[in-house]
Amino acid sequence: MSEWWTYRAEDFLLFSPRVYWRMFELHNAALWPLHMLTLAAGVIIILLIAWRPGTGARWLALILAIPWMFVGWSFLWNRYATINWAAAYVAPAFAVEGVLLLVIGSLRDGLAFDRRGLAGWTGYLILAFALAGAPLLAPLQGRGWASSEVFGIAPDPTAMATLGVLLLARGRLLPLLVPIPVLWCLLSGMALSTMGEPQAWAPYAAPALAAAAWIWTIIRQRFNR
Amino acid sequence: MRTTRRTFVQASLAATAAATLLPISLHAQQGLPARRPIPSTREEIPIVGLGTWITFNVGDDPVLRDECAGVMAAFFEAGGRMIDSSPMYGSSQPVIGYGLQKLGQPSALFAAEKVWTSSAAAGPAQIEQSRRFWGVPKFDLVQVHNLLAWKAHLQTLFQMKAAGAVRYVGITTSEGRRHDLLEQVMRSEPIDFVQFSYNVVDREAEARLLPLASERGIAVIVNRPFRQGALTQRLQGKPLPEWAAELGASSWAQLMLKFILAHPAVTVAIPATTRVDHVRENLSAAAGPMPDPAMRERIAAHVKAL
Repeated sequence: MSEWWTYRAEDFLLFSPRVYWRMFELHNAALWPLHMLTLAAGVIIILLIAWRPGTGARWLALILAIPWMFVGWSFLWNRYATINWAAAYVAPAFAVEGVLLLVIGSLRDGLAFDRRGLAGWTGYLILAFALAGAPLLAPLQGRGWASSEVFGIAPDPTAMATLGVLLLARGRLLPLLVPIPVLWCLLSGMALSTMGEPQAWAPYAAPALAAAAWIWTIIRQRFNR
Repeated sequence: MRTTRRTFVQASLAATAAATLLPISLHAQQGLPARRPIPSTREEIPIVGLGTWITFNVGDDPVLRDECAGVMAAFFEAGGRMIDSSPMYGSSQPVIGYGLQKLGQPSALFAAEKVWTSSAAAGPAQIEQSRRFWGVPKFDLVQVHNLLAWKAHLQTLFQMKAAGAVRYVGITTSEGRRHDLLEQVMRSEPIDFVQFSYNVVDREAEARLLPLASERGIAVIVNRPFRQGALTQRLQGKPLPEWAAELGASSWAQLMLKFILAHPAVTVAIPATTRVDHVRENLSAAAGPMPDPAMRERIAAHVKAL
């Protein structure tokens, strides 16, 4: 692309906010009541981390991998790509994240969810927001429940919840699981802020909080050596 | 007023000059949108078309698809012809196809499309895919979008034109980008149409592109006449000057459209909208009196001052 410096974020926005939010309405209506199942899966993730931090990793990774693959296929590939051709290129990344979770979660000592302290509590906070707070953003902004974004159905809460889970995890290959949810949150935040949507703060805040918690943990570990 | 030989000569000269500067047909006087000739064939076309950037990208949403079809119906009903789209505009092409099918394939349609791929080899397949989305036998106009791989695509389009697969060939840019290259293409290639941004505040095209289009006999399509809605939003709530009534303009959108349409080198402006009342308002701006050069400056100065 020549003269790339003359392009603004608005130049890449192919749709109006009305079309964007109606897309969530249609998606929710098409999948209801699957939301109950995905939210239940989110609660199970929290329970596994809290009560089976060492042994539940494989199940937890599986429970988290399925929403990534499902959201990539059902939302990005089948729905979002109809108004944003770039989504068709992002959808495979969601499948990759799902496969990575499955593979790393199934490895011996691949993941352990025994991290506590500031990073752990920040993880719980982000996870809780992704499950319970994200669906409230639509009604709080006057759009009604119909366009709510729900974990396992919509990409933002799925990516944010994953960041929360990863903050609670340890593992040699953990860094491989971080880039895709972080990049999605940044992409989504940019799209929302370009549309002038106040809720852009949410996908920006999740990776920012996660990064701050990770940095704090690393500094603390080095200081304690 | 008494008509003397002097006033008669002055009036005749003014009328001749106006006719030369504004080759607008009598349709305007009958409430229909005025027409201008496409220089390469002298085929006349209504001077307001319909853009589809963002507004027609509604995906599979059945409610919004029907709204777009409603906009298209109002557009044709008000005498519009040119609808412009691109493979870059998400679902706009299938949404246009849906509307055309719903309206029974209106014969008035002047289908303007673009080819938008960096691969020269992929151009013909993309144009064919676009044609299927629209559901038309062929496009009236295919343009190279944003000068992307323009040399190769122009050769493809010239071959298609020679074979009768497309009637006109063009090239586009927007928001003032790459005017130097556009000028080079306009000077060196036998294109029928050129498309770029021009409006009451973005007037860079007046210096070289618009005069060159006149000189070379190239039809001009003006995109982003309201800066993608930013200008109409900026002026919302501000009182329209009293003298706008002299031009038959009842809104800022109409006044700003008349500013563009009154430029003698402009062939068609393609405002995009999701609203039936706006599409009617846009097309009615193409009827009635047009501002003379002095009035155009007055419009530009007034908008700039607000």
